[in-house]
Amino acid sequence: MEKQMTLNKGKKNFLSKYSLIFILVIFMIVCTFANENFLTSTNLINVFRQQSVVIMLALGEMILIIAGLLDLSCGSVVAFAGVVSVLAYKSIPNLFVGFAVAIGVALAINALNGLMVTKFKTPPFIATLATQAIARGAALYITGGQNVYEIGDYNAVGQGSFGPIPIPVIIMLIALAVMIYVMRYTRFGRSTYAVGGNEEAANASGIKVNAVKMKAYLVNGILVGVAALVFMSRVNGGLPNGAKDYEFDALTATIIGGTSFTGGVGNPIGTLLGALIVGFLGNIMNLMSVDSYIQQIVRGAIIAFAVIIDIYSKDRQTSKSNK
Amino acid sequence: MAENTAIKLELKHISKSFPGVKALNDVSFQLRRGTTHVLCGENGAGKSTLMKIINGIYKEDEGDIFVDGQKVKIRDPLHARNLGIAMIYQELSFVPDLTLEENICLGHWPMKGKGAIDWKAVRKKTMELLEQEGLPYAPDTKLRSLNVSDIQMIEILKAVSFNADIIIMDEPTSAITSKEVERLFEKIEQLKQRGASIVYISHKMDEIFQIADDITILRDGNVIETHEAGDIDEKTVIELMVGRKIENQYPKEEVEISDEMLRVEGLTSEGTFHDIDFHVKRGEIVGFAGLMGAGRTEVMRSLFGLDRYDSGTISVKGKEVRIKSVQDAIQNGIAMLSEDRRRYGIVPLLSVEENIALAALDKFIRKGRWYKKEEFDAVRSMCEKMRVKTPTLETKVFSLSGGNQQKVILAKWMVREPDILILDEPTRGIDVGAKSEIYQLMMELVKQGKSIIVVSSELPELIGMCDRVYVMHEGYMTGMLEKNELSQEAVMQLAVKSVQ
Repeated sequence: MEKQMTLNKGKKNFLSKYSLIFILVIFMIVCTFANENFLTSTNLINVFRQQSVVIMLALGEMILIIAGLLDLSCGSVVAFAGVVSVLAYKSIPNLFVGFAVAIGVALAINALNGLMVTKFKTPPFIATLATQAIARGAALYITGGQNVYEIGDYNAVGQGSFGPIPIPVIIMLIALAVMIYVMRYTRFGRSTYAVGGNEEAANASGIKVNAVKMKAYLVNGILVGVAALVFMSRVNGGLPNGAKDYEFDALTATIIGGTSFTGGVGNPIGTLLGALIVGFLGNIMNLMSVDSYIQQIVRGAIIAFAVIIDIYSKDRQTSKSNK
Repeated sequence: MAENTAIKLELKHISKSFPGVKALNDVSFQLRRGTTHVLCGENGAGKSTLMKIINGIYKEDEGDIFVDGQKVKIRDPLHARNLGIAMIYQELSFVPDLTLEENICLGHWPMKGKGAIDWKAVRKKTMELLEQEGLPYAPDTKLRSLNVSDIQMIEILKAVSFNADIIIMDEPTSAITSKEVERLFEKIEQLKQRGASIVYISHKMDEIFQIADDITILRDGNVIETHEAGDIDEKTVIELMVGRKIENQYPKEEVEISDEMLRVEGLTSEGTFHDIDFHVKRGEIVGFAGLMGAGRTEVMRSLFGLDRYDSGTISVKGKEVRIKSVQDAIQNGIAMLSEDRRRYGIVPLLSVEENIALAALDKFIRKGRWYKKEEFDAVRSMCEKMRVKTPTLETKVFSLSGGNQQKVILAKWMVREPDILILDEPTRGIDVGAKSEIYQLMMELVKQGKSIIVVSSELPELIGMCDRVYVMHEGYMTGMLEKNELSQEAVMQLAVKSVQ
């Protein structure tokens, strides 16, 4: 049998590897027929511009879920890091300062997440639910609950374009490329899969489990920080109530993208595709003027559906095993 | 069909395929009423698949199943249960935080009317069962507080509770002591006398011949031969299982033993083990014997940095070291293969390659660059050396057989090139062929100048492979036996000898 050991993945893996692309393409074809405004460059570019923030959050969510963790705080942290960054920019109008502050705040909150999870063994669900409330409260407190306007050239990042490509999309693509590299080519990335796949075995293999978990939260922090700046810049203001429920979209995208909720499985390209599917779904519902309450129901149903698929396919995989 | 009354369960021409593998090929099998039929074969021979078909977890592709001469199609485990079939799994299935009675009644609660559980009836039923089977447990014991052997008894109790008369046991002795094995065999005898029929999966020769009425040998999904136990001997069974002759089960050779690699003095972890002294030299295989609860695994876990120790010194190559974490142990050239490979060994959803590279990521990823080819080549050559049977290196580890998973974990440590290798029950739950391969690997490693510590509950293995054996009892070292003093009796004497 040794002779068969090659790098080939085999047909079955090929199908499951590319099934998301098929779903996305078929979905887009259906959308094209459903509404004539769907397949226009303006609309598609808009969806990409909007989804850039969600994709970055989803990438953070992805690395955490792969490590067996979770982040419910990212939407609130976008608001908090975003408004602090906007306020900082208003006193020192330099975009580097804006980025540094946004990333710094998001890193701090995620260091707190990481600390609670590793040092105090808080379940990630509870730890990040706590920081969700803390970050939202802090964002509202420092702004007095009011939106911050007149942000000057801060909006250049979110609203600008490089040729036809919106700057948020470029930033998102850079984040994606970095994450692909991190997950596949670094010791940290590979360790993340092991920690989420079997924490005790990872520990017994000499991997510093807590350090990996902490780093996963810090990587998430950087992504959330960048997303915060892009978000505030795109909406042209510091919105303490902004990015509500973004953690929900990020989670949905991650799960649809093939990241398994049980940990140890997932990849950035899948996450990108998952986020695009979620984005186009929202877009087509808007184009077809679907009632926004109904939209919410659909989004809830989608995440339930995605998790069921995940568990079902994993069941099938493992039951195939014990021959 | 008249003769069928003597046949409790019959399988005719069963075949089953999984994507890429023919797991069972035209398998026929008869279980006589009131007997124990042992099914033996190497891992991957198809034993578990066959049992899962009987238990309704898998559907056969072809073939027929007869219970009491009646043809049946078994839909699912519940249906199997209604047919009187119970399965006691290798990995026991119970809910640790529920009580004994709750576990017994789980899924078929006595009800008061429609809506409510009748707790009085639960208690009464459990007490009756416990009494009938002569088991000394309280019905409100949480199963978490019991050991493997106790829980096994409770699993049997559960089977008895719904009047199962076909009981399938999948390697039931892989985690229990010899005394507990006797208790299990007595129980099997009782069940048989009551007319139950037992299918017993095992590859431990001594116990097979102790309890079998019939023996069927499977290999690569085929029934090789079926015999009454009296008509066949141990050597033949092994050869039929493996499909080739095994000359020497323990390939022990003289190896040059030189300088001291490891010295442990006064190692203590309060309440677990006390004042443990031992040393290991280059080229030596040193065994650790003892009963369950002797503290051998705990000592090794501390030595490997998985648990803390309170006092004592550990010296590697004459230099005192402090081991606080697994990383410290690895830095000092110590590696450990855990007794619980599912829990501490494999990451099931990662590939063979990813699992093997796991302990040596710093070798293959240096200064931010992944040396992919280097990793692949190292992993592949290690797999070839270890004879890991896997379709590809991309195959996920959970789909390999137990013996191959064990080889993957060994390969993981070999890539790391440790000086001192701790093997905790290295051959538990793996078949004869893979066992002898692991023994050969051990010899190759000591020839390369490495040192091996083996913790094992199988005395023949320790006696066959070790240069010296330390014996522990309830957390204390009770003695050390040199090669020429080694015998089962000598080890057992020390294993039950209490200190103070």
